[in-house]
Amino acid sequence: MSTTTTRDLARPAKAKAPKAGPRRRLRGSRTFNFWLFTGPFLAGLLVFVYIPIGWSIYLSFFEARFTVTPSEFVGFAHYREMLQNDDFMGSLVTFTLFAAIIVPTTWALSLGLALLVNRLRFMRAFFRSVFFLPTACSYVAASLIWKMSIFNGVRFGLANTVLGWFGVENIAWLANPDPPWYWLVIVTARLWLQSGFYMILFLAALQNIPKELYEAAAIDGAKQGWQTFRHITLPQLRATSTAVILLLLVAAYQAFDEFFNLLARTTWGRPPLVELYYIALGQEQDYGRGSAGAVILTLLICVVTLFQGKIMGFGRGEESK
Amino acid sequence: MTTTAPDVNNQSAPKPVKARRGGGVIGNTGLYLATGIAALLFLVPFYLLIRNSLSTDSEITGENWKFFPTDIQWGNITEPFDDTTVDFAQSMWNSLVVGVLHTVGILLICSLAGYGLARIPYRHANKVFYAVLFTLMVPAAVTFVPSFVLVSSLGWVDSYRGLIIPGLFSGFTCFLFRQYFLGFPKELEEAARVDGLGYWGAYWRVVVPNSLNFFAAIATITFINGWNAFLWPLVIGQDPSAWTVQVALSSYMTNQTVNYHLIFMATAISILPLLFVFLFLQRWLVQGIAQTGIKG
Repeated sequence: MSTTTTRDLARPAKAKAPKAGPRRRLRGSRTFNFWLFTGPFLAGLLVFVYIPIGWSIYLSFFEARFTVTPSEFVGFAHYREMLQNDDFMGSLVTFTLFAAIIVPTTWALSLGLALLVNRLRFMRAFFRSVFFLPTACSYVAASLIWKMSIFNGVRFGLANTVLGWFGVENIAWLANPDPPWYWLVIVTARLWLQSGFYMILFLAALQNIPKELYEAAAIDGAKQGWQTFRHITLPQLRATSTAVILLLLVAAYQAFDEFFNLLARTTWGRPPLVELYYIALGQEQDYGRGSAGAVILTLLICVVTLFQGKIMGFGRGEESK
Repeated sequence: MTTTAPDVNNQSAPKPVKARRGGGVIGNTGLYLATGIAALLFLVPFYLLIRNSLSTDSEITGENWKFFPTDIQWGNITEPFDDTTVDFAQSMWNSLVVGVLHTVGILLICSLAGYGLARIPYRHANKVFYAVLFTLMVPAAVTFVPSFVLVSSLGWVDSYRGLIIPGLFSGFTCFLFRQYFLGFPKELEEAARVDGLGYWGAYWRVVVPNSLNFFAAIATITFINGWNAFLWPLVIGQDPSAWTVQVALSSYMTNQTVNYHLIFMATAISILPLLFVFLFLQRWLVQGIAQTGIKG
């Protein structure tokens, strides 16, 4: 395929002097062109997305340890096992808890930052850059700074140093699940990393709110601040807010990096992907059970996405009225 | 920083309205105070990164908190590269190769597909589009087990192929390109058609040169994501020679001996290329996020 395409590109002169012929007919053909443009992508999609999903469903019904070729048919045994597995079900609880904390806090913080930056008249670009800068950092880098410096459980960690100034004892932030201080570490790391990104979305949406609305409200006697925020800004941000919440949910569902790095060698605070990683690629290399887990997760996220799509479409419909 | 990032938002922010809204000196002071405190908190991790990477270990772990190293240890800069336990230089190189090829590949493959789906009226185009939309419901991260199974049976573990190729077929990026091309002015392509160009010629000679802003925005986001990716490189990089820089950093955290200044210097070096991308391309990045984030 690539040979025909490059030839076409290399002979643009031909295009200027159209000749009736099979080549020209081919070039004008919609079917041919459609596959010429989408073919490479679709082939890759088939091989690297659809086939793995299919293979995974197949493997999930078989015994497959240390090898990716199935050995013995086991039916739904892996599924039953996974759904009764405390660790796997616990990881779903961990995810739910995580989403319940991180989604509202990120939403509020990014909206708050956007509102602040939007009102600035001097140094607006500077402050926007500062809040946006952490987006350049990876979850691994952030985990490292959080684990080794800010929330280092020993005396020289920043958090313990600051607490020490007020006479508070050292806290083992990550090494002790009771009380579960590790949630503070995980949530603040993700807040720092992703708030700037969503702030940009909110900023763009804030700029799109017609100024006339605020003027009309002012004429009607609405007070600056909470009243205009509650009755104009928030409703106008509805579409963006919905989109942001959905993006945050999907991102939370895929959380892996910071849990894996911050809580290495611990048994607590494992979200689904970390649990799957240890099942399929850990000591056991149990691809059968790992595949069953992946299928369960995929189904779950499909349901969630469809549900989200419904809400989102619903929200949009109301907006367009 | 402010000069390198021309502010797109300023253009649409009418200043007279703001000025009339008042708030006065006190309101403004409060506003700047709040923003300033938030900004300081956001900069703390960067401060720690710089402080720790230029200190000696005894100062980092010392009894009393040192805000700045007494002697800046410039010699620390080369230490990650001399470290024998982790091949940091190799991992940086791997990340660079993977990041660049990942970006180029995604731009090429997904933009073509997005254009085909948006602009070529083919009978079954809708069905194909649904097949792409379906993959959006299944995040790539969730299918890492089956993908690893496939890639390992192809024998691509520990190779650039394994690191790069499976990630090139992003339904989401294809979707973004399709949305963008749907809004591309038809008249330009029609003019090209009149000049005798086919779809392919019109795409490369008219559509792409007029879409460079969008391509730059997607490229910036894609490169950042590629550089920062962790789960897939961790799965594929079984051998240290195939580690990307993120996997190398992660391995520092679980090493037996902890060498604080070295670890932080390595982290700082790993972030540096992105900060450059970020500062010089921030305009594209912000535009891209504002355009695509909402539509997507």
